[in-house]
Amino acid sequence: MQRFAIEIDQLEKTYKNGFQALKGISLKVEEGDFFALLGPNGAGKSTLINTLAGLVLPTKGSVKVLGKDIVSDRVAASMNLGVVAQEIIYDPFLSVRETLRFQSGYYGLAKNDDWIDELLNELGLQDKAQTPTRLLSGGMKRRVLVAQALVHKPPVIVLDEPTAGVDVELRHQLWKFIGRLHQMGHTVILTTHYLEEAQNLCSNVAILNHGEIVAQDKTDRLLKTFEQSTVQFRLTNAELPKELASKVLRQQNHNYVLSFADTKDLDGILQALLKANVTPENLTLSQASLEDVFVKLLSE
Amino acid sequence: MVRAQIFHSHIAFLTLLKKEIIRFKKVAFHTVAAPVLSSLLYLIVFGAVLEERIVVSGSYSYLDFLVPGLVMMAVLQNAFANTSSSFIQSKITGTLSFILMPPLSSTQIALAYVLSATLRGLFVGLCVWVGTMFWVRPTIENFVWIAVFALQGAMMMATLGLITAIWADRYEQMGVIQNFIIMPLTFLSGVFYSTKALPETWQQLTFFNPMFYLIDGFRGGFLGGFETSPWESALWGSVALVLCFSGAVLLLKMGFKIRQ
Repeated sequence: MQRFAIEIDQLEKTYKNGFQALKGISLKVEEGDFFALLGPNGAGKSTLINTLAGLVLPTKGSVKVLGKDIVSDRVAASMNLGVVAQEIIYDPFLSVRETLRFQSGYYGLAKNDDWIDELLNELGLQDKAQTPTRLLSGGMKRRVLVAQALVHKPPVIVLDEPTAGVDVELRHQLWKFIGRLHQMGHTVILTTHYLEEAQNLCSNVAILNHGEIVAQDKTDRLLKTFEQSTVQFRLTNAELPKELASKVLRQQNHNYVLSFADTKDLDGILQALLKANVTPENLTLSQASLEDVFVKLLSE
Repeated sequence: MVRAQIFHSHIAFLTLLKKEIIRFKKVAFHTVAAPVLSSLLYLIVFGAVLEERIVVSGSYSYLDFLVPGLVMMAVLQNAFANTSSSFIQSKITGTLSFILMPPLSSTQIALAYVLSATLRGLFVGLCVWVGTMFWVRPTIENFVWIAVFALQGAMMMATLGLITAIWADRYEQMGVIQNFIIMPLTFLSGVFYSTKALPETWQQLTFFNPMFYLIDGFRGGFLGGFETSPWESALWGSVALVLCFSGAVLLLKMGFKIRQ
């Protein structure tokens, strides 16, 4: 039987105030996957992740981490899992190294300094080991949170917006490190608002909206199914020929974005413009992006 | 594929215990020195003013009578303050999630919080007692009763502090419990006077105050005389402690106000 890193079955969560954050979600993430969980603010991503972490109790349904149920087999499930939460939280009494040592201890690891040093190096925190976490900048605090979630070398790593409010350099450093962990066999699941990141890194994507999964597929297949490539141009002194109206994806003043499926389709668009004697300016072609898919899916 | 590491449960427990002890050690000025000072101020003020006016039965003086009461009050208040402030702080700042995500059990979490708070309570009590030796010559009649009631009282208040912090959503609510329930109960428990000096009705009311039994038993260990049977106090105290501790563990298990 195939083991899944994450296996979510009919998961529902209704908060005490009556708000239904998750409306019966089923989701499987394969072991060794690099998986993106996308969705607008309030879609239920953090509820889902906090349920995995055990911070939110499910109303209905079940969640398994590498085959271990998070409720009935909590010890095994939480040893399998490392979650980087979205909010920046830190213990004001502790230094970076103390924070990581204590966190190792909570996972039952007495001597973990070798791995802690490696984490500090990989995340560029080696100079800050003795510094109280409260004195670090926001980006540095986030690195500590990432290190904290990894102290027990969890096979499944979940990152809830790890790059929010983080500078470019750290973002690169972070993804390089996470990529290495992925190559070593860790399953990585992330949420991000930078859809380019998800498109470049993740082989599988699920999109969440209003507590439901609206799309889930391999990233490239999702791009193919949902969005053709686009052609963009500007028309200053002319109207768009009527037969092209159905192809318009977006329009802003004189700027048009039209979609096309293949070269023949593109040829048709250009012919139509030519026939109407309209000269497009600044004409550019672009590949489908996850952002287009995202916008289209959520506007439906 | 990567495999999870093996969980050593005793290490997890000892780590949390150590962290909680380090927490109050790091702010010892606030958690130890300050309460010791205020207890000694009570001794000076009450001792000087009331020594001649309050009559206590037996062969000892009012100061002899006051010292064990003050020590026990310090033990009880600091044990309560430690669990309650530490737990609600991690709840409000969110650092509680650092111990909720790892596989620590609810019993381990409750025990680590209660034991560290007990330690602080006993340590502050010890410091107060040592401090009083500058004014009052110490007497110890029965060390076992002293230890039994100090330990029981500290653990009881630590547990109540934990329950209060689990329940409270804001510091303000903690303050309400501390100032309107804990403080009056300690002040009216016979720290500063003997119940025998009270009118009949107040005497009866005092018998409903659980702190009275803790302080009476503890003082008896120092001075030798008890107002109630220490065996009965210790027995009922233990029953109450077990019930409250189980309650705290149950609340943690349910995730009451902790896991949404």
